Amino acid sequence: MITALVRPSKVDAVKSALVALDIVGMTVSEVRGFGRQKGQVERYRGNEFTVDFLQKSKIVVVLEDAKVEAAITAITEAARTGEIGDGKIFVTPVENAIRIRTGDRGETAL
Amino acid sequence: MTRTLSSGGGPSAATTFDRFRTKVLAGVQDPQLRRYAFFLMAVGAGLLPLMAGSAHAALSKAVNDGADTLLMLMGSALVLLMTPGLAFFYGGFTRSKNVLNTMMMSFFLMGLIGVLWVVIGYSLAFDGGFKSPFIGGLGAMWMNGVGGELGDAPLADGFNLSASSFALFQGMFAIITPALISGAIVERVSFKAWFWFCTIWSLLIYSPMAKMVWGGGFIGPFGTIGAIDFAGGTVVHIASGVAALVAAAIIGERSTWPDSKRPPHNVPFILLGAGLLWFGWFGFNGASMFAAKTAGFPFLTTTTSASAGLLVWCLIEWFKDGKPTAVGAATGAVAGLVGITPAAGFVYMPQSLLIGALTAIACFIAVQVKASIKFDDSLDTFMVHGVGGTVGALLTGLLAAKSLVPADYFPLSAKILEEGGNGGLFLAQFKAVLFTFGFVGLGTALILWFLKLFMPLRVSVNDEERGLDYVAHGEEAYDPMTN
Repeated sequence: MITALVRPSKVDAVKSALVALDIVGMTVSEVRGFGRQKGQVERYRGNEFTVDFLQKSKIVVVLEDAKVEAAITAITEAARTGEIGDGKIFVTPVENAIRIRTGDRGETAL
Repeated sequence: MTRTLSSGGGPSAATTFDRFRTKVLAGVQDPQLRRYAFFLMAVGAGLLPLMAGSAHAALSKAVNDGADTLLMLMGSALVLLMTPGLAFFYGGFTRSKNVLNTMMMSFFLMGLIGVLWVVIGYSLAFDGGFKSPFIGGLGAMWMNGVGGELGDAPLADGFNLSASSFALFQGMFAIITPALISGAIVERVSFKAWFWFCTIWSLLIYSPMAKMVWGGGFIGPFGTIGAIDFAGGTVVHIASGVAALVAAAIIGERSTWPDSKRPPHNVPFILLGAGLLWFGWFGFNGASMFAAKTAGFPFLTTTTSASAGLLVWCLIEWFKDGKPTAVGAATGAVAGLVGITPAAGFVYMPQSLLIGALTAIACFIAVQVKASIKFDDSLDTFMVHGVGGTVGALLTGLLAAKSLVPADYFPLSAKILEEGGNGGLFLAQFKAVLFTFGFVGLGTALILWFLKLFMPLRVSVNDEERGLDYVAHGEEAYDPMTN
């Protein structure tokens, strides 16, 4: 399973890159967090607010082991701007996968 | 009283006679009777100039200028829209868990004050029963007698608009004024306390203020001070601003303030609200001219002042912080509108630009000062309406044009302007501002202390944390699980 935290503006590019690798499904959610980029300062009527948690998009893709390296490369290339705040990719093993409609298990369920 | 010009007055006796003739003759079929009726009417008409007094009374039984009445009706609809506009303006600033409560504090008053106004509020403001310069009377309760049998009776001699449209128009002002106060005390006040506060405040503070300034009372051009207030600089903006300041002081700051302040949850709401306010303000100021023919000036000065306020606020931000903000644009426009309110029909366009710019500068400084002191006027109600209203009222004294303050409608103020010039009028305006600060400040404090004997004014810290949308109304504005 690949969990990628990317800039919200890069979600479409990452999706296209992954679809090009024949990956059939992904889940995206809006998340907030901080890393090295730290927060940003916003100003409303003279009140300064330091927004510590910045908006990122979290992309979760479960895929066969054979495709993992290619997917990492695809996401990295699609999401990179070179500036601080481009995000992170985490890779974790998945014990099983079940398709609810049919009860299929393992790789056939993906 | 706001003004109407006699030059924009009703039709001549001849045209009135003509209209009357057509109306009566339409109901008389027999040609002989027609001739007879015509003869009688001709005799009557001939007598008209001879009995000027009673003829005038007869003429004023009908509204003789539909355009003026139409201006009031259109103005009423415009001013009504300001209250939901204000709800959006304020709602955008709060946390998402308090947005419905914040909006209800304004929106609900379209019900509460809407009813109160018809039952007794209007009467306390504009009936003459008590013969007091401070409060109206009880003769017009339930709008009794207002507008006559058909709603077309004119407000008074010399006014071409119907009394019914005037009462409606004034009711819209009564609704939005307490709504403005809510900005200082959102996110912590109990809705029950707010209900009772608005009920009492509207009757004991708003109605007397309207009487004193517009109803021929103590502050206005027929009273003792002789100050002029075109559309509510004192009655609406200083009154709501001062009440907001006092209420925020007595009710206290939010439990999360200032340690975990939050930015506005929905800036587009703020822009939407400011836009609706600006739109509605055409009615607020423009229709306060009470005469369609001459309403062009207050419509113009209103929008030019708002433009100047918006521009100046954004330019200050641009120079000072490097970026013009959307919240700043909305706030600057509202500041400009507040500033021109007391002056709208008394100044020309260049002065209106100056008023908009100076009010925006004053409010900008006030908002910065508030941000640096420990006082939780949450949405800057005093800083914009109190400060803006005061600056506007004082500038009205300095900048009012003699030609726009006719003695027919503003006898004392015109006299002050004639004898003491703008300096003299400035002094009168200053007295009016001081009086309003004292009366509204003290009155608001007394009402809140009185209410405190019967109910808590604010919700518990736990409820505050939970969010007032759920606690006060059992609703949530944005629930991600409702689709």
